[in-house]
Amino acid sequence: MTAEATTTRPARPERQAIPMRRRPRGREWLLGRALTYAAAVLLALFILLPIYLIFISAITPREHAFTYPRSLLPAEVSLNSITFFLNASGVLDSFWRSVQVAFITLVLALLIGAPAGYALARYVFRGRNTYRLMVLSTRAFPIVILAIPLAVTYLRIGLDDTVLGVALMHTALALPFAVLITSSIFVSVPREREEAAQTLGCNPLQAFIRVSLPLALPGLAAAAIFTWVISWNDVFAATILTLRNPTLPAKILTALTQSPIYYQFAAGFVMLVPSLVVIFFIRRYLLGLWGRVVK
Amino acid sequence: MADIQLERVTKLFKQVRAVDDVSLEIGDGEFVVLLGPSGCGKTTLLRSIAGLEQIDGGRIRIGGREVTDLPPRKRKIAMVFQSYAVFPHMTVFENIAFGLRMGKTPKAEVTRRTEEAAALLRITELLGRYPSQTSGGQRQRIAVARAIVMEPQVLLMDEPLSNLDALLRLEMRAELKRLLGEIGSTVVYVTHDQVEALSMGDRIAIMNAGRLIQVGAPLEVYDGPADRFVGGFIGDPPMNFLAATPERRDGKIVARIGGAGEVHADGGAGGLEALVGKEVVLGVRAENIEVVEASKADGLLRGRTLVVEPLGSHNLVTLDVDGQVLKATTRPDMMPKRDAEVGLRIDASRIRWLDPDTGRALAAGE
Repeated sequence: MTAEATTTRPARPERQAIPMRRRPRGREWLLGRALTYAAAVLLALFILLPIYLIFISAITPREHAFTYPRSLLPAEVSLNSITFFLNASGVLDSFWRSVQVAFITLVLALLIGAPAGYALARYVFRGRNTYRLMVLSTRAFPIVILAIPLAVTYLRIGLDDTVLGVALMHTALALPFAVLITSSIFVSVPREREEAAQTLGCNPLQAFIRVSLPLALPGLAAAAIFTWVISWNDVFAATILTLRNPTLPAKILTALTQSPIYYQFAAGFVMLVPSLVVIFFIRRYLLGLWGRVVK
Repeated sequence: MADIQLERVTKLFKQVRAVDDVSLEIGDGEFVVLLGPSGCGKTTLLRSIAGLEQIDGGRIRIGGREVTDLPPRKRKIAMVFQSYAVFPHMTVFENIAFGLRMGKTPKAEVTRRTEEAAALLRITELLGRYPSQTSGGQRQRIAVARAIVMEPQVLLMDEPLSNLDALLRLEMRAELKRLLGEIGSTVVYVTHDQVEALSMGDRIAIMNAGRLIQVGAPLEVYDGPADRFVGGFIGDPPMNFLAATPERRDGKIVARIGGAGEVHADGGAGGLEALVGKEVVLGVRAENIEVVEASKADGLLRGRTLVVEPLGSHNLVTLDVDGQVLKATTRPDMMPKRDAEVGLRIDASRIRWLDPDTGRALAAGE
């Protein structure tokens, strides 16, 4: 990046545009690099290996599920287990329900959480710190204690066994994180930029949408992933609040004890895929769409 | 183009009066500098004019139109921020065009005006870049271009040069002055740098602790500070202040500086007459004191040199005058020895007499 093109004195050292010069690479540097990579690989294996094993077991014929030792390569590829699982009664319905619940949760949590986070970050108001703490209190109560009254309430107002009911519960669970993550993001987006936009013809909302929101996207994406995962992984609330219309984890949980191991692998695999897809799509925002520019 | 009228503007932060009852009229096309130490309320006043702060008292009019309760976007102002506040997710072109696009300007005109503004600030070749690919000085130009492209009635600038290094600041100062003169906008410019204020403003408004202390043309303020604070804040070195006692001598008024001698007070001595025998403060700039060799110093004020600093164009001499410290400048070839006795000739017409209790200039000293 040649940033010096227009200034008249070519040799003047400018504060911000000096490219980082790499130091000569010595042995220590190499060792450090090697250690970094080793750590990264170990960490990746820790996450990826179980996923891979589930994947392998899910796509090999069911007999292979019992063989020991495990081979790391699939001897034979077969989608039987997965199709069997997917064709089992109610699985596809539950899957679809789970996607809906997670999606509604994501939207609701961000719609409610982001403005709250913004307010926490931008405005000084009485009881701000207390509020920040209280936000977390919903997570302080064990959900087990809340479960019965909640189920009763749901039954009374007819929200039990519905997608919306579960989504509302998940939103309540995810909101504290959504609020706290987004507030820390908005704190890092300088207020002067919004003010500059306001002097250039924006009302406060436009200034937010055009200036702060794009800069906050990476963080909001992180919050979105988090919310999605909270909802997608939740078993307890879903099990209590649903009966005939369970979400996928609830469905699998009830079926787990009575099903063969290949069914469990197939279920695990099907549980994994949507999360991976969501993370894949949101990932690019996480990596910082604007490079290093959010200073 | 428009004038600005500030009428008893007050802004409170909790119990603190950040801006305290400030009234100021700024003429159409005038360049006014708000000057003061940090925390004096100058930036708050500027932000109040911009509409970024809600004021707690008073009124603000721009171009005769009451804007006190209008949001920034309806005030026909543009502002350059100290941090530049460029938008990092937009190219330089989009940064400059931002305001025009918000105003739904036709596309061709957006392009034309953006390019004109960029040319004016000599950043045409940066238009396709992102701000992260530009230097601090260039970002500063982007911020100025983004403001002037709006052709605002009033241009507000908040310490625009303070983040630049010394050389670049000097260069930009001259260029900004040229540019702002060309576009003829009314400008309110905030700085804590008195050199910047003296060199750029048509008028300087000096603030301290939320209050407006003095408003005047640069030289007016420099030569005739309204009080001790202004005299000490403007000028490098700051104005000298000596405790003095007016006395009557042969029908004339002189000011006795302890045991160091007397200073004639012919010019503007009217007010001193009433103060004979009481304390006053004598304010005088370093360049209005002539340092004379002791042998030729008959009847002059006497001092002893403490430090002599050669500065090329002149020498700066620090002196002890009967226990009070005084700074004087001399020609480069007049180089007194350290710890030497010298005489001091003070140009009586350039003396500012001040009240020792209030620090304010004595009215008759004009």
